[in-house]
Amino acid sequence: MSTYLEFEKPIAELETKVSELRKLAEATPGMNVADEAARLEARAAQLLKDTYTKLTPWQKTLVARHPGRPHFYDYVRGLIEDFTPLAGDRGFGDDNAVVGGLGRFRGRPVVLIGHEKGNDTKSRLKHNFGMATPEGYRKAIRIMDLAERFGLPVIALPDTPGAYPGLVSEERGVAEAIARSTDRSLSLTVPMVCVITGEGMSGGAIAIACGNSVMMLEHSVYAVISPEGCASILWRSADKAADAATAMKITAQDLLALKVIDRCIPEPTGGAHRDPLAMVAAVGDAIASELDVLGTKDGETLKRERREKFLRMGRSLAA
Amino acid sequence: MNWITNFVRPRIKSMLGVKETTPDNLWTKCPSCGEMLFQRDLEAAQYVCSHCDFHMKANARQRFQWLFDDAQFEELPFIPVAADPLKFRDEKRYPDRIKEARTKTGQQDAVIAAKGTIAGVPAMVVAQNFAFMGGSLGMAAGEAFIAGAERAVNDHVPLVLVVASGGARMQEGILSLMQMPRATVAVQMLRDARLPYVVVLTDPTTGGVVASYAMLGDIQIAEPGAVIGFSGRRVIENTIREKLPDSFQKAEYLLEHGMVDMVVHRHKLKETIARLISMLMKTPVSAAIAKAVAEPEGGALVPDGVEADAVPPPPESEPQAAQ
Ligand SMILES: [Zn+2]
Repeated sequence: MSTYLEFEKPIAELETKVSELRKLAEATPGMNVADEAARLEARAAQLLKDTYTKLTPWQKTLVARHPGRPHFYDYVRGLIEDFTPLAGDRGFGDDNAVVGGLGRFRGRPVVLIGHEKGNDTKSRLKHNFGMATPEGYRKAIRIMDLAERFGLPVIALPDTPGAYPGLVSEERGVAEAIARSTDRSLSLTVPMVCVITGEGMSGGAIAIACGNSVMMLEHSVYAVISPEGCASILWRSADKAADAATAMKITAQDLLALKVIDRCIPEPTGGAHRDPLAMVAAVGDAIASELDVLGTKDGETLKRERREKFLRMGRSLAA
Repeated sequence: MNWITNFVRPRIKSMLGVKETTPDNLWTKCPSCGEMLFQRDLEAAQYVCSHCDFHMKANARQRFQWLFDDAQFEELPFIPVAADPLKFRDEKRYPDRIKEARTKTGQQDAVIAAKGTIAGVPAMVVAQNFAFMGGSLGMAAGEAFIAGAERAVNDHVPLVLVVASGGARMQEGILSLMQMPRATVAVQMLRDARLPYVVVLTDPTTGGVVASYAMLGDIQIAEPGAVIGFSGRRVIENTIREKLPDSFQKAEYLLEHGMVDMVVHRHKLKETIARLISMLMKTPVSAAIAKAVAEPEGGALVPDGVEADAVPPPPESEPQAAQ
């Protein structure tokens, strides 16, 4: 039922044994395996906890891409009332990798934008695995314009392997679309809160990740290029992705230390996919507390502070 | 051919970035048509092949010399940044790569900003040199661009970006990605001050650079034949499982797809920029502008039929502008 990652194999074996024991006990009245099952279960839980407290950057990349991880629509379902999706860039078409709309978040009207990757073959194809064409970013700009005009906060959930590297993207100016979306984010006079929920890769992510507050889930990753891409360029071999993941410093913990992000949201033990509902609720709490603070500031202050935050970035690292 | 590759080429390379007098006997081979070009002619022709019109790569200081009046300009000082913030190791240490690039180019990093006048109009030019680690965008490049924009705002002058870059400086990881919003903020400062921002895209401009400040110009110019695009050609070919035509991602392709305002021959760049910024800055037509427009530098070398931005004659019925 659940999808185990390669490095979770020992956990998978223990958990499989537990469920087999339980089934056996059900089928065989009078057979007492409760103690044994409980012992194994405790061992599995401990192993899970140990594994997840010391995930390597590459393991985190795999967790960030876990198919069972909550995606944009899971957060919308769990956190947003009256969600009203908005479509189209008004120039060419509608992109399904960047989605968004209006909704109520804990009482307050907001606009939402994010990447949706899909969760089965059909929806993954529909959402192009979260890889947006220019129309996705132009739709995001349009939705941010709407937020600006009506004074609504923007909640953005970047989660993408990168913009779609296809002919259509180049033909219709994906670079320009990303640049304009970044530009629009940085000029907003309404609060913008971003949560990198899975993988935030390259320009495709930054286009909707320039918020007053940028948060990452504990096991999400955020990078200038995918570890595979970096490895194939600098190591000339995609097999060195794990090395590239380590070298690039892509984890929430590293990025918090570099002051590139503002906050790290803890995940349930064993990752967001183990308890999506708890994850969604925790993200909701984090967004609410950020919006509470930002809501007290006037528009010019929000814009100025957002810009100054990015201008400051990296300067304190100089010796 | 051996003496060419073994002797002449390294000498030419070592000259880039360091102004030296050119010996009379140097030749260089056009990477496009293979023609042997007399080095002094090539320099006079701003590294445009006199046979096939191929625009070769140029470094930051050459750009300044070609754009600023009398090749006079003031370089902004290099702003030091964290040398190796991620302690990045691939096959080489990052600081060693930087050291090599500095020796090779005579530049501290990929981007230099300079102030001068263009046909009498005071302006900042920010130039990004592909020869410095592929013109990659790291913290130092970001600081140089921001400093250029801040100085432009302070002096109330337009900013011209002449860019060539393969994209992000991977050895700086996320800090490289953060230069995209940082440089975008710098563009917004120019916009807030109502100062023109003119971008000249040269060969090649790709990746994160083209997806931020290099695509946010008030006017977007591209040099003929320049490769400009977000994703690499091979990555796209692998995605769509198709071979792409030679014209793909070239300057002319971008013009056709509405991504740039004009494709301008290098010999007409100064004239074009002077014309644009003087109008946008509402500068009265000076003798210098008139001269630059009448006698574009190296203009005599432009072969027929390459002016991509020829202005059509006004329609006969068009009424003359009032006033
Ligand atoms: Zn040639």
